[in-house]
Amino acid sequence: MQFVQLVISGLAQGCIYGLIALGFVLIYKATETVNFAQGELLMIGGFAGLFAATTLGFPYWAVILVAMGVTATIGFLNERIILRPILGQSAVAIVMVTIGFGYMARGLVTMIPVIGTDTHTLPVPFRGEVFRFAGLVISAEHIVIIAVTILLCGALAALFRYTKIGIAMQAMSQNQLAAYYMGIPVKRLSSLIWAISAAVAAIAGILLAPLTFIHANMGFIGIKAFPAAVIGGFTSLPGAIVGGLIIGVVESLAGFYLMEGFKDAAPFMVVLAMLVLKPNGLFGERLAKKV
Amino acid sequence: MRFIFKTRYEQDIELFQHGGKVFWYGLLMAVLLVAPIFVSPYVLTQLSQVCIYAIVAVGLMLLAGFTGQLSLGHAAFMAVGAYTQGVLVTAGVPFFVGIACAGLFAAVVGVIVGLPALRVKGLYLGIATLAFGTIIEEIIARAEHVTGGNAGLMVPPVNLFGWRFADGPSFYYLCLAFAVASTLIVINILRSPTGRAFVAIRDSEISAQSMGVNLAFYKTLSFAISAAFAGVAGGLYAHNIRFLSPDQFTVIQSIELVMMVVIGGLGSVHGAIYGAAFLIALPQAINAVKPFLPLFLSEATGLQPTVFGAVLILVVLFEPLGIYGAWLKTRTYFDLFPFYRQGMFRRQKAFQKSDRLK
Repeated sequence: MQFVQLVISGLAQGCIYGLIALGFVLIYKATETVNFAQGELLMIGGFAGLFAATTLGFPYWAVILVAMGVTATIGFLNERIILRPILGQSAVAIVMVTIGFGYMARGLVTMIPVIGTDTHTLPVPFRGEVFRFAGLVISAEHIVIIAVTILLCGALAALFRYTKIGIAMQAMSQNQLAAYYMGIPVKRLSSLIWAISAAVAAIAGILLAPLTFIHANMGFIGIKAFPAAVIGGFTSLPGAIVGGLIIGVVESLAGFYLMEGFKDAAPFMVVLAMLVLKPNGLFGERLAKKV
Repeated sequence: MRFIFKTRYEQDIELFQHGGKVFWYGLLMAVLLVAPIFVSPYVLTQLSQVCIYAIVAVGLMLLAGFTGQLSLGHAAFMAVGAYTQGVLVTAGVPFFVGIACAGLFAAVVGVIVGLPALRVKGLYLGIATLAFGTIIEEIIARAEHVTGGNAGLMVPPVNLFGWRFADGPSFYYLCLAFAVASTLIVINILRSPTGRAFVAIRDSEISAQSMGVNLAFYKTLSFAISAAFAGVAGGLYAHNIRFLSPDQFTVIQSIELVMMVVIGGLGSVHGAIYGAAFLIALPQAINAVKPFLPLFLSEATGLQPTVFGAVLILVVLFEPLGIYGAWLKTRTYFDLFPFYRQGMFRRQKAFQKSDRLK
């Protein structure tokens, strides 16, 4: 019973990692860059949601929409203003720009007087509720996280499968140049991908808020989502979620059954093992450069 | 404009290309040597810090700038060096033996961290080193009986043949000596076949391999050398700070080290030194302008990261070679005066290169 309990809370936490990893993968697939500021977008989403919920008094669903809107705009502008000029530069340059953006985002949020440096609680309708089911105690927060993740994945899958834009995005992620020749507006789509990925991060931020509170450093959780993306293969959307779940469950079990200290290191040990054994991840395509 | 007329092949690999360089570097060295007489003790401490970070920076530059391997775990190598030095010196081991062990031990860890580099590259490597860095940080925090864990570890001042290098000028000269030596070592490595192999790997792994460069050996070597420098710098850092705790060596620190070499200018030894100076000077500069800022800005804790992030973005967008690039442009302008053209250093528009071609 204990074990199942741990697995469930691990799965909920893993969904968060999965959602952040999903953001990495979306961007990586489309533009072959990694956004190190994904965690900071999550944090911005959290603060935007906080503003909507406490100052404006919006209901929960509207809070999610506001957070998504704000971060999507930021993600869109981010791609448009600071990433597009350096398209085609080395991977290190692009990584450094996103790191710089993350630093700025964190710094600017802490600069907001009073609000930026404090720890906040996001008011949610289901706070503190628990469900008892066959000897298990499951908190409502966990159920909401898992449910929203499933819904979001369904929505994204449908987007990529059935809409024109989604199919264009698939084409673009396979071969940018060829997609461009076929008349797909590659530049606009890559801005759009950044917006979507930022919106996903905002949802993760709102979902995470009841578990860890909202504060300027909550974006550091993004570092733990890297292992999730690598395990999934960095190029596979379902892989990101599966990787996130694996990391979440491993972390939760390691925190209970192993010595103190293993909880934080466990995800990284798993990812190292993965990189040594199967560098392309569980669902990743084989990467090889044509000479 | 100076034209160097080459008459011997040795001239290609000379340490100083012409007399002008000897003069300027000599002048710099002289200024650094007499600095303790003129500057305040506080500035001198900062100069020692610059020297320590310069050691890490030249090592990281060798790895990131010349071998093209991204490392997001360099703070962990510094931690290994710092703790080795701290523990050994406390146990009564002489300073030089301690610092040698710090470098060696960090190099061994570097080899272990470098092993994934044989299978993965680019971003994956960054993530692998990041993972290693976090694990090492966690190990140091947990190995309480050796490292003192989160409670921290006190480190005594340097004691060399009964002479205490507590702080001030003596410690500064020690750091300066180490920094100059490391810079010379890196420059010499770069002039040697080993250095050429590193650069070949950076420019194209496949062509390097076709030319007979043993990828596995040279990548591991690069990691080992780079980690050894970080370890030595860590040893000096331990004596400078006198108190070690795991939270001085987090992933954030590693990222800041990479920022340092990128802002300084990837792919130049000058850049490493500029970057180190920048990393230390920026907080001081911000403190200096704080009194002139409106209250809500000067009180904000986020000012420094914001400026740091902004500088990083601006550097990558407008000056890919960093501070060194800016210097290079200025120098060329005066060299060619009045024939400098606007587009001389313009970057070529590039298509996005894909590693995923099948």
